[in-house]
Amino acid sequence: MTENTNGFKSGSNLERVLREGHFAVTAELGPPQSADGEVIREKAKLLIGYCDAVNITDNQTAIVRMSSIGAGTIVVQEGLEPIIQMTCRDRNRLAIQSDLMGAYALGMRNLLCLTGDHQSFGNHPTAKNVHDLDSISLIQSVVKMREENCFECGDEIKGIEPRFFVGAAANPFGDPFEWRPYRLGKKVKAGADFIQTQLIYNVPRFEEFMAKVRELGLHEQVYILAGVGPLKSPGMARYMRDQVPGLDVPDTFVDRMLAAAEGIDKEDKKARGQAWRAEGMQIAIELIQQMQTIEGVHGVHLMAIEWEEAVKPIIEGADLYPRPTPEPLSAPDAEAA
Amino acid sequence: MIIAEQKPLDEVQALITDAEKVLVVGCGTCVTVCFAGGEKEAGIMATSLRMASKLNGAVMDVTHTTVQRQCEWEYIDPIKDQINDADAILSLGCGIGVQAIAERYPQKVVVPGLNTSFLGLPTEQGVWEERCAACGTCMLGLTGGICPIARCAKQLLNGPCGGSQDGVCEIDSDTPCAWQLIYDRLEAQDRLHLIMEIQPAKDWSTSRDGGPRKITREDLRLAAEESE
Repeated sequence: MTENTNGFKSGSNLERVLREGHFAVTAELGPPQSADGEVIREKAKLLIGYCDAVNITDNQTAIVRMSSIGAGTIVVQEGLEPIIQMTCRDRNRLAIQSDLMGAYALGMRNLLCLTGDHQSFGNHPTAKNVHDLDSISLIQSVVKMREENCFECGDEIKGIEPRFFVGAAANPFGDPFEWRPYRLGKKVKAGADFIQTQLIYNVPRFEEFMAKVRELGLHEQVYILAGVGPLKSPGMARYMRDQVPGLDVPDTFVDRMLAAAEGIDKEDKKARGQAWRAEGMQIAIELIQQMQTIEGVHGVHLMAIEWEEAVKPIIEGADLYPRPTPEPLSAPDAEAA
Repeated sequence: MIIAEQKPLDEVQALITDAEKVLVVGCGTCVTVCFAGGEKEAGIMATSLRMASKLNGAVMDVTHTTVQRQCEWEYIDPIKDQINDADAILSLGCGIGVQAIAERYPQKVVVPGLNTSFLGLPTEQGVWEERCAACGTCMLGLTGGICPIARCAKQLLNGPCGGSQDGVCEIDSDTPCAWQLIYDRLEAQDRLHLIMEIQPAKDWSTSRDGGPRKITREDLRLAAEESE
């Protein structure tokens, strides 16, 4: 049986926003390290109306948290559209397919396919990792369920197939730099519908990456959402510059964050924090505005990690509020029915 | 070859605490080459255990011997009498050596003196690195002779992940990114087209995931009458 999605991959709000040509906004919501659903509800309230869909991370940085699908279910109940995340680190192909059918039945329509951070970064470094699939074979697998109505093994799905709008990640700053657009191409070839990039601070380097992406024609085959994140403090900027593999933070941003609290009494921690956060949000707004001018960028993925309050002022500041309301999915027509 | 490391002495002692007569059995193959369980190490281990037991006020009778290949029964059989004479056998072979003795002498207590670490090679004096995960379906022909199963922390078939930076893996700066190595070698050979193709979900049934593995070569087996 094929679910009728009127020519859409999944018919999710995110897919319809992108298909109508709007500059999309996705945000990020990190589930708590507890079973407290209220945390999700509170965070969701801060994001409703300010993004087209929200990523619900899957044990990010390999720290155990409430599951992406569990938290995503609460987000759906709150009236916000989730993008659930699935890493290859924690589940094999049986668990992945079964969880994704459950997720679809619970109302999830967007999925981001990831390899997953290595467990040595997290709070269970002695765990066994899985990596039965990798992000690219995972994309193939979920697209196969949607397009061919069959499981990874080839068996037919007898009933409703899970239909996700399928996303993948891209890190334009990972090495080898020259290979990154080609690897993105492999994800597109595997069937990815949209791409969310790593946080971008080095815009000229990202433009170089996008030039190659356009040369390969990938920007016409996949929606690319550029990753933007507000810096909270000079310390965070330095940490991201020096310690996080795959991030490229130019010194100018560290300097701007330092300068933001200049002249404020060192003892007045509250005022300094406020000044830093204001500057961090301003930088994010400027980055979003720059992303809007790059051909082939179809939206932004705003990662305000553990700082969901920042989404509203940034989106308003970037003139991306209110969010569009795309045409709803029409009822299945007679022919299709 | 198989690379192994010695267990700490106190862990070894705890494994043979009830034995009065202990036979330390070294192996002359891989673990000799990686300085973990050859003749020299077996001798040092025996001496260390004797000294330690003396310090504890007990007198443990510890002898040692080394066979050329602990992983084949025909090499173990010549030391049958020494094995039968001991209460416990401390094998300084790899995990295969330990089990070969235990399988041949099921009434004996056989314990490991080594932690068998990986299949690898010495890259410089005193440094060994993993090279093969024995997954049973070799893809080295597609990856420039560099194994992503053994050398990528996430066993990616379509790498590198976003954590590859300056040639090293995100897990630590001493670990080269296998996919950077693969990229560099194929680029130098003008064969990058090999990794442009998507590698689909791997068949892991030939790996440990398929259960204990066994190879039977009918062309090499002895007929029933010949093997008698």
